[in-house]
Amino acid sequence: MTAVLEAEGLGKRYGRRWALNECTLSIPSGHVVGLVGPNGAGKSTLLNLAVGLLTPTQGSLSVFGKEPAIDADQLGRVGFVAQDTPTYAALSISDHLKLGSRMNPRWDNSLAEARIRQLGLDPRQKAGKLSGGQRAQLALTLAIAKRPEILILDEPVASLDPLARREFLQILMETVAEHDVSVVLSSHLVADIERVCDYLVVLVSSRVQLTGELEDLLASHHRLLGPRTETGATIENQYVIEASHTERQSTVLVRSDGPVLDPNWTIEPVSLEDLVLAYMGQGKSQERSALVEGQE
Amino acid sequence: MIWLAWRQFRVQAYVVGALLGALAIALLLTGPHLVHLYDTIVVTCSAHNDCGPVQVSFLHEDRVLKQVSLLLELVPALLGIFWGAPLIARELESGTYRLAWTQSVTRARWITTKLCVVGLASMIVAGVLSLMVTWWSSPFDRLQDNPFGFFGQRDIVPIGYAAFAFALGAVLGVLVRRTVPAMAATLVGFVLVRFAFTVWIRERFASPLHASTTFQAPFSTSFGAGPIRNSGTWIISSNTINASGKVIGQNGGIGPNGEINFRQLPGGASEFVGVGRCPNKIPAPPAGSRNDSSPPLAVQHAVQRCINSFHLRSLITYQPTSRYWMFQWYELTSFIVLALLLAGFGWWWIRRRVA
Amino acid sequence: MMIEFYLDTRSGVSPYLQLVQQVRRAQKLGLLREGDQLPTVKEVVSKIAINPNTVQKAYRELEHEGLATARPGVGTFITKSLSETMLNAHGPLRHSLQGWLTDARAAGLDDESIEALFKECFRSSSFAGLA
Repeated sequence: MTAVLEAEGLGKRYGRRWALNECTLSIPSGHVVGLVGPNGAGKSTLLNLAVGLLTPTQGSLSVFGKEPAIDADQLGRVGFVAQDTPTYAALSISDHLKLGSRMNPRWDNSLAEARIRQLGLDPRQKAGKLSGGQRAQLALTLAIAKRPEILILDEPVASLDPLARREFLQILMETVAEHDVSVVLSSHLVADIERVCDYLVVLVSSRVQLTGELEDLLASHHRLLGPRTETGATIENQYVIEASHTERQSTVLVRSDGPVLDPNWTIEPVSLEDLVLAYMGQGKSQERSALVEGQE
Repeated sequence: MIWLAWRQFRVQAYVVGALLGALAIALLLTGPHLVHLYDTIVVTCSAHNDCGPVQVSFLHEDRVLKQVSLLLELVPALLGIFWGAPLIARELESGTYRLAWTQSVTRARWITTKLCVVGLASMIVAGVLSLMVTWWSSPFDRLQDNPFGFFGQRDIVPIGYAAFAFALGAVLGVLVRRTVPAMAATLVGFVLVRFAFTVWIRERFASPLHASTTFQAPFSTSFGAGPIRNSGTWIISSNTINASGKVIGQNGGIGPNGEINFRQLPGGASEFVGVGRCPNKIPAPPAGSRNDSSPPLAVQHAVQRCINSFHLRSLITYQPTSRYWMFQWYELTSFIVLALLLAGFGWWWIRRRVA
Repeated sequence: MMIEFYLDTRSGVSPYLQLVQQVRRAQKLGLLREGDQLPTVKEVVSKIAINPNTVQKAYRELEHEGLATARPGVGTFITKSLSETMLNAHGPLRHSLQGWLTDARAAGLDDESIEALFKECFRSSSFAGLA
């Protein structure tokens, strides 16, 4: 499977703060990739680097094997919807479609117009007068009608009401079904990720914590319940992500490298939300210990 | 991309076009009248060699002339502030650059097209405005015969000013990334550069010429023999030297302020203030004579005889009128080159830097 | 459309399996018959926003179970119908079940008790069936 996005030791620093640190990942094509993590984790930074709106401080990043935004051809293969879905407030919807057709050689105008009709929007309406959801749909239409090979969306539904969010995702999935386009979508709403994504990247505290096919990740992580054990004690074949204890019981979230041999453990599946939360917690404690180390 | 650059600029273009149109109508309506005035009044006064008072009343319209000419000082600055500074800064500030830079057009092409479309429009506006104002002012200008006096408000240099102001605004917008501070910085920068050219650089476009003439009283209508024949000459400096070659005055007169004063001494003699006692007597001007009229001929001759007795000379550094158009081209070229350098810098900066 | 899919995000059952179950249930209730076309992948995802691969996986599973078949370029079609006798039996069975439920509620049983009672009988009858 070809990699659509590859990062090697990627880092981005603003002043003294590293927004993204030591990121190495390889995102395969033909997937809907969910980029998930808490606010400030670096999701936006990673996506902006991927479309060439930012340049790396360290490391490298390539999309379709080339540096992002390096030439018109490369730009044409990537569709982007930025956070807050920027549009030109003074330009009408049909002006925006004209913009798309003039600035993109592979522009599919009939697709764009069909989408606008489907959404029930008036093409003469100025973009500044649209609701948040309508603007997001316009921005998505512009990105889709460009006929890219990959769609990169930076928290496109974060500020939308549930109905607008659902409509956005419906159109996105329809596009994936119809045009076989890869998608990288960032969100902090795990429920959305679970519906639409089949590949996951977890970003916490500016670092990549976890990547993989969603199914594989859910299959390889388990929750183990059993009598209270010592903290720090390792479990055979399991990599402990998170452990919590009551007086008598221990609950451990693990990534399994093999079967659970100890019969004292009860095994349960893990939901995506719990999985992501566990890795977020791990990421935060890593950050904390790094800070402590730095101070010593 | 050209379509987008034009579409974003369309409304401003129409507004300015309408303003230019309105001004054109106003000037067209009043222009021929001025020409007519000139042709009838000034021609007749030349025949009578009595143009002094005519000049004065004609130049009474001076105020309007100054205001119209002032447009050519303001408009390039305004173009820089309102067309140049927001060009890139507004997109950076509002975030729309994230839409523009993720189409299939490279950043380089994006900025080049925007700079060219609006930059060219700025130059055209300035050029048309200058054409209109130069045409309308021509009766005044012929009468005043002081081309270097209105140098920055006529002919082709305003095109250069507009190009430079625009480029300065655009680049400051790229660097500062906020529209309003970029506008303020553009105003300051433009004024500084214009000032520098007007006060220092312009007179050095070509080595000024030097001439030495007999020192003349200010009410003479000619400078006598020598290379300076008409009052259109741009006098850069005029030092007065006495018989032994010492500089006793600047700015065309005596002392640092260039004054020429005569004083009645007790006992009836007259003194040339700052120089010495006149060998002849200068009659007092008749009672009730106005300050703005030339003194009677007798007084003029007496003053000249006193001056001549001291064998004073004027050392003049000047640029002749014949160089006016050469200087227009030099200054235009300088500003265009500055504009291109700025644009090139902005182009390079936005490709490599910007976060 | 013959069938309208939905996704229960809290059921703990993976999405593709939910779709499979919904098709099976519809078929067993006689709502889907042989020759009926299942909605296209595009139609499904534009109604419920889920990953197209999920739908494709569900349809492949149905094919594997022999419940559906894919005709390339046309669509996916149900291959098995409920037999006529079974379908006919549904009517009276439904009727008597509704009667039973009315009796149970009249006796004062709440939903949970009804469900518990039913499940218990169901289980014991299954064992009896095996024995």
